[in-house]
Amino acid sequence: MIDDVFVLGGEKFSSRLIMGTGGAPSLEVLDQALEASGTELTTVAMRRLDPTTRGSVLDVLRARGIKVLPNTAGCYTAGEAVLTARLAREALETDWVKLEVIADERTLLPDPIETFDAAERLVADGFTVLPYIGDDPALARRLEQAGCAAVMPLGAPIGSGLGIRNPHNIELIVEAAGVPVILDAGIGTASDAALAMELGCDAVLLASAVTRAQRPDLMAAAMRSAVTAGRQARLAGRIPRRRYAEASSPAVS
Amino acid sequence: MPELMTTPDVIVVGGGIVGLSVAWRTARRGLSVAVVDPDPGGGATHASAGMLAPVSEVTYTEEPVLRLGLASLALWPSFRDELEGDSGVDLDYRTDGTLKIAYDADDMAYLDELAAFERTLGLRVERLTGRECRRLEPMLAPSIRGGMLAEDDAWVNPRLVTRALRTALDRAGAAVVADRAVALTARGVRLASDGVVAAPRVVVAAGPWSPELLPGLPVRPVKGQILRLRGPGGFLTRCVRGLVHGSPAYLVPRGDGEITLGATMEELGFDGRVTAGGVYELLRDAHELVPGLTEMELAETTVGFRPGTPDNLPLIGPFDVPGEADVLAATGHHRNGVLLTPITAEAVAAFLTGEAVPEVVKSCDPGRFPE
Repeated sequence: MIDDVFVLGGEKFSSRLIMGTGGAPSLEVLDQALEASGTELTTVAMRRLDPTTRGSVLDVLRARGIKVLPNTAGCYTAGEAVLTARLAREALETDWVKLEVIADERTLLPDPIETFDAAERLVADGFTVLPYIGDDPALARRLEQAGCAAVMPLGAPIGSGLGIRNPHNIELIVEAAGVPVILDAGIGTASDAALAMELGCDAVLLASAVTRAQRPDLMAAAMRSAVTAGRQARLAGRIPRRRYAEASSPAVS
Repeated sequence: MPELMTTPDVIVVGGGIVGLSVAWRTARRGLSVAVVDPDPGGGATHASAGMLAPVSEVTYTEEPVLRLGLASLALWPSFRDELEGDSGVDLDYRTDGTLKIAYDADDMAYLDELAAFERTLGLRVERLTGRECRRLEPMLAPSIRGGMLAEDDAWVNPRLVTRALRTALDRAGAAVVADRAVALTARGVRLASDGVVAAPRVVVAAGPWSPELLPGLPVRPVKGQILRLRGPGGFLTRCVRGLVHGSPAYLVPRGDGEITLGATMEELGFDGRVTAGGVYELLRDAHELVPGLTEMELAETTVGFRPGTPDNLPLIGPFDVPGEADVLAATGHHRNGVLLTPITAEAVAAFLTGEAVPEVVKSCDPGRFPE
């Protein structure tokens, strides 16, 4: 395949599959899934982790040389998210943060106003900010203008596995974006991940679709293939949709 | 602290339910035993709910944990009979099964999918409607969607098991040294008080603290917050395990009217704090399942540390430590310490006496992880 490096926050990645760690039944199963996924970047919830404990999920990531992306899962206000990001920076010595500010615990949908507020403050504080947002092209543009290193629109609510509910909005976000677009949340199976890449997303972030699958390692391998396939299809350029058939081997040319 | 008059055959480091049971089963085979623990029964055993529930606990990728759990569940009746006989203590051992309930349609869809998996494993689970669940347990919320009955699950009060084991050990003449073992030596263990207890063989059953004695042992603390509610009794007749918007909670009734409500799972090291969020989430979900329990007394909030391993299976068997005493590990039981106690104690006693070790325990070799 042609050289196709994914650049995010000034760093280069060859994998376009970003993993989350939530939901795995054991660290060993998680480790096998991470290996099968080929991921180079994985997000962990800072509120549910003690970075100093030996044998934790961080050790699993370190042993595989996977870059750790702390996230602010569980925060409901900009204030909590900023505080959590700062604690993560101190504990993990990274200024990258996946910004996640939730509006309510039933839908876990992101709160756009608190997210924007936190993003502005974190950018000003020198963070590389990757905000999780709804599939809203206007908000995506505003966050890019505010200095975020990427935008991360959802396909569907976290853990729902409903796929990409509004592909049109994802395309609009991709068209307008000057920073990477990472499809985050809602992926249920491999075709969802392939679709995200075909729509022009630069990468896909998922967790539950793999960690809660009956065979997480096999689903991780499927997601890896799907992301690659979708990316290749995007680069190759799909044929136009036609109403009627067109013989692939015409008699006259 | 009782002085040891003679050198015991075996030292067991750790007086939780696993360590005390290993000592008791070993003493029953005629070996002399000493247990070393600063606070016997005060660790994860004190916190734990005591569910003996391999069927309702099963999840994808965890068949080896299930097989071990079923083997140990089968040993519980005789373990109970012999322990009650040796101690005269009633363990509040109950065999009415676990009722697993779903709060909403998403939760029910998950239970249905899991039930299909359970049936492929040959497990007995019975699908119930919401009203059928409430006929079994009238205090459940009318809104619950449905459930599954795992009739083969049981439960026990772990604190009574600790009391029984201490009595049985006392009667068997086994010493319990109330001190902390800080290091292994060539002939036993060194204590925090600077004393030494000598023995040719050492069993490390110190839960999440085991790596202090055996560096390299892959055990980490997994924090759990758990509540105890007290009331008039009769609220529930069996274990209830609920899913509320995907979040799991369980309620375990005791003979004296207490209900144990658990538990959080937190990767926060040895953080011993009871948090507002932990208590809130447990009570929030329990209230959705059994609304009436808000009238009960919140009698206790407890933190325990499960000894977690990378694959959620325990570490049972010889662990090579060059130049030190002959060492066996019996730790890493994670969420299943009480359930896995009989098979662990039998296996360790068999290792110590040269008897045949149960085949299923071979999956628990402490050396199974690559460096």
